[in-house]
Amino acid sequence: LSAYDLSASTFSPDGRVFQVEYAMKAVENSSTAIGIRCKDGIVFGVEKLVLSKLYEEGSNKRIFNIDRHVGMAVAGLLADARSLAEVAREEASNFRSNYGHDIPLKHLSDRVAMYVHAYTLYSAVRPFGCSFILGSYDEDDGPQLYMVDPSGISYGYWGCAIGKAKQAAKTEIEKLQVTTHNVLKSLIISLSPFSPFRIYIVHDEVKDKAFELELSWVGEVTKGRHELVPKDIKEEAEKYAKESLEEEEDSDDDNE
Amino acid sequence: EHPKMSGSQVKGVSTGTTILAVKYRGGVIIGSDSRASIGGDYVVSKVVNKLIQVHDRIFCCIAGSLADAQAVTKMAKFQLSFLSIQMESPPLVKAAASVLKELCYRNKEELQAGFITAGWDKKKGPQVYTVSLGGMLVSQPFTIAGSGSTYIYGYVDAKYKPDMSREECMQFATNALALAMGRDNVSGGIIHLVVITEDKAEHVIVPGNKLPKFHDE
Repeated sequence: LSAYDLSASTFSPDGRVFQVEYAMKAVENSSTAIGIRCKDGIVFGVEKLVLSKLYEEGSNKRIFNIDRHVGMAVAGLLADARSLAEVAREEASNFRSNYGHDIPLKHLSDRVAMYVHAYTLYSAVRPFGCSFILGSYDEDDGPQLYMVDPSGISYGYWGCAIGKAKQAAKTEIEKLQVTTHNVLKSLIISLSPFSPFRIYIVHDEVKDKAFELELSWVGEVTKGRHELVPKDIKEEAEKYAKESLEEEEDSDDDNE
Repeated sequence: EHPKMSGSQVKGVSTGTTILAVKYRGGVIIGSDSRASIGGDYVVSKVVNKLIQVHDRIFCCIAGSLADAQAVTKMAKFQLSFLSIQMESPPLVKAAASVLKELCYRNKEELQAGFITAGWDKKKGPQVYTVSLGGMLVSQPFTIAGSGSTYIYGYVDAKYKPDMSREECMQFATNALALAMGRDNVSGGIIHLVVITEDKAEHVIVPGNKLPKFHDE
């Protein structure tokens, strides 16, 4: 663009840091990840594009366990995301070591966001090219969902999407009253934008071929532990999703 | 003839001491005597307050070397104040006890101080924790410590009941401290008590001439 985009330590005349904006582009070009905060838990869904049929199923996971009660779904450069997952793990572990209890999610997301922000200040390093969504559940604070982007800001959310289909995903999420759903219902009914169902809507059949769906949850149903959704529930949800999608298509056809 | 401090030797000014903390229905009472001595011969102060406030609803009482205890509690108070600002909420009593434990455990070669931490938090209500000399952390319904505590194990074991009322608990704590102060030469002076509930932390003093008297006094 100009001479102002060569390092993170330079502002442009209109007050932008281009390196950070370019980092966000890396996230926008990645496949979608969503998180939903329901009444009694959190659901994560990640559209994992499969670039080669030779890949082993389940490799290059994009959902990480940060602590027993905290999960992280990522979009953007996977290697950057992995190193941030490690940072988050150390923060959560040190907190427990010092203070004797589980780290509150807002505190964790503030700490990791501070770390991400540090890499936007110097020309010797580049910003992280990934955004991530953190989710947790505990009996006292209930479900919590936070998103951190490459600029180092963290936001609390009811429903959140990152990656190439984030706009479409957000629209779908807004349509649902997620706060009234419980986690199981969300998975089976809407997992919306992202859920096994909708993901088929936002997934671009032409440009992106095969994809794997990674689903995880944490809530009352898992007794506060963050885990991948069990295979049988996932399959049931996918079946329901496909059926309701077909119904929609049929009703669309009727309307024409 | 150095004062025996749970079996170890303490140099300098120590709090040959009696301290305790007791959970009751709706709160905790934390209490101590007020004598500081050197070597069991000379009373350095008759009115030391061994109940240190480390946060709004969390107090510690100290046993062992006074200098070590002051240094550790000062550090803990700072860490907890910083933590509560970062987290935008008061720290858990467990977190306060954990901070003290880390300081005691990581510096066990240099330090000679043990603590009782008691307080109230929103998550678990009233709680009592003991952090011993080497850095062990244990949660209990009530606990006693210091050189004077050895004389009252029988009394507290016999008289403690869970879910006491505030008055019953005050009487229990006052009696226990008075009995220990009556037999331990390095414990004495006045009784300091702090009653911690959800609403406030109230400091109560029982002066020397108002201590409960027993059969031989």
